[in-house]
Amino acid sequence: MPEITREEVAHLANLARIDLSDAELDHMAPQLNVILESVASFKDAVGDDVVPTSHPIPLTNVFREDVVKPGLTAEAALAMAPASEQQRFMVPRILGDEQ
Amino acid sequence: MNNWITKTADELAQALAAGEVTSVELVQAHLDRIAAVDGNADAGLHAFLHVDAEGALAQAKASDERRAAGTPASYLDGVPIAVKDVLATQGVPTTCASKMLEGWIPPYDATVVAKIKAAGLPIIGKTNMDEFAMGSSTEHSAYGPTRNPWDQTRIPGGSGGGSAVAVAAYEAPLALGTDTGGSIRQPAAVTGSVGVKPTYGGISRYGLVAMANSLDQVGPVSRTVLDSALLHELVGGHDPLDSTSLTDEPTGFVEAAREGAKGDLTGLKVGVITELQGDGYQPGVMARFTESLELLKAAGAEIVEVSCPNFTHALAAYYLIMPCEVSSNLAKFDAMRYGLRVTPAGDPSAEDVMRASRAAGFGDEVKRRIIIGTYALSSGYYDAYYGQAQKVRTLIQADFAAAFEQADVLVSPTAPTTAFKLGEKLDDPVAMYLNDLATIPANLAGVPGISLPNGLADEDGLPSGFQIQAPAHSDARLYKVGAALEALLEKGWGAPLLSQAPEIEEVRA
Repeated sequence: MPEITREEVAHLANLARIDLSDAELDHMAPQLNVILESVASFKDAVGDDVVPTSHPIPLTNVFREDVVKPGLTAEAALAMAPASEQQRFMVPRILGDEQ
Repeated sequence: MNNWITKTADELAQALAAGEVTSVELVQAHLDRIAAVDGNADAGLHAFLHVDAEGALAQAKASDERRAAGTPASYLDGVPIAVKDVLATQGVPTTCASKMLEGWIPPYDATVVAKIKAAGLPIIGKTNMDEFAMGSSTEHSAYGPTRNPWDQTRIPGGSGGGSAVAVAAYEAPLALGTDTGGSIRQPAAVTGSVGVKPTYGGISRYGLVAMANSLDQVGPVSRTVLDSALLHELVGGHDPLDSTSLTDEPTGFVEAAREGAKGDLTGLKVGVITELQGDGYQPGVMARFTESLELLKAAGAEIVEVSCPNFTHALAAYYLIMPCEVSSNLAKFDAMRYGLRVTPAGDPSAEDVMRASRAAGFGDEVKRRIIIGTYALSSGYYDAYYGQAQKVRTLIQADFAAAFEQADVLVSPTAPTTAFKLGEKLDDPVAMYLNDLATIPANLAGVPGISLPNGLADEDGLPSGFQIQAPAHSDARLYKVGAALEALLEKGWGAPLLSQAPEIEEVRA
């Protein structure tokens, strides 16, 4: 099993959009390895013939009539927003200058 | 101690119906108890993150008015309840014990919350928990741990430690919890209370801040099996707002509990799971377990040994599947529409804000699980980890199916040990995860389970729990067998187990 390096944890943190401090990276890399080693125990226990189960009960599509129902008002939806303006969520810039 | 707070929810419902007490008096008695013993992060039990005295008293007053008019909304109308802080409560803070949601006030109610409000139960507050329900000890709360009323230097179990302690320490007669890998049953076991994880889908998850959708389940926490049955019937059933909720009618649980309390289990086949005993189980926990089996036998049950060989892989599979779902679910906390927003200096982009906010808002355990999930779902590892873990899930389901061919219910100790010391396992996640060994298979397979107190371990005088599991859709069996064992145990003790708990020192200022 591949070992998770400190650099790889930094890459994963980047993918997960979480800044990790140097101390957190130092601490987390060995912990993740221990966890992954312990969870790898089943890797040889299941054969190719076993079908994976993603959910404890069989799922079926659920449909309903396409009718308008009362929902949250704009005020209620925006009440807990970090910033809002003109009945909209206000967010930091998404694109850089060159984009 | 005020007498009303030691009564069961069933007894309180009867007293309200008989006009012996008002709901306002009951709510006030519990608020007084909370003020006396709950404290905060520094001292006291710290079962509550938020107490809504004003709201609860107003709901109690409305309940009393309904009683006076002869139109109670339900059998439990007026009986106070506490709610785990992972369930949305309109107008009342819901934080999931995370800095990410500090001060968040939901604009809507979870379906279970709407149901208990409609039934007239005053909600006295929101209970402490591991952050976003990730943990086995309630030490991962961003607001400080909850303490075990039996010994305040010990953990109350997790992630629903607050709900279990609120009930065990007479701060509330009833509580709602959630169980993803044992978070209702394991805290119940180590605090001497009763906790139920219903069949997956038996209670709506709408308004539950999801941790791992395919595993999460809302359920009751109480001091008696009958009380859990009463609450389960109230909040269970199909919800059009949750497409995975079952269509089963939530009936027959109370009847089963009352029937079970007569103590006759003639004809019942009880399967003892070979893999959930022995190595790693505390001797005192095993001794109480063996005694409980003898009681079931004396009540007419037949005890058979059943093997579930793939249970040995359940913990590992769970600790892959769960973080994968966590990494996806917690992506919604991106600081854009609600929750904490940290804005770095300069001209930060939305991505910079997300990184900084998630770094500041999430605790260590949450970050650890998000990173593991991100890793296991990344290209090249998906089949090796997630795919294999989902196959283990198939094998666990097959183990349950085979075991239920041989027995009507399956039993084991709920947790391998009694409550450990606060801080003891914080730096060792794998050791912490082992506490969920016996409870996780039920979540992977969707079957229901109950934990009830079955005595005190000889080594440390702390509560141990007895777990009963039944086939999916057969939750009534849990209540029948659980109530029978409870009645037989209490006959031996002469009183409920909690009456043996030490007096809790007051921390009231």
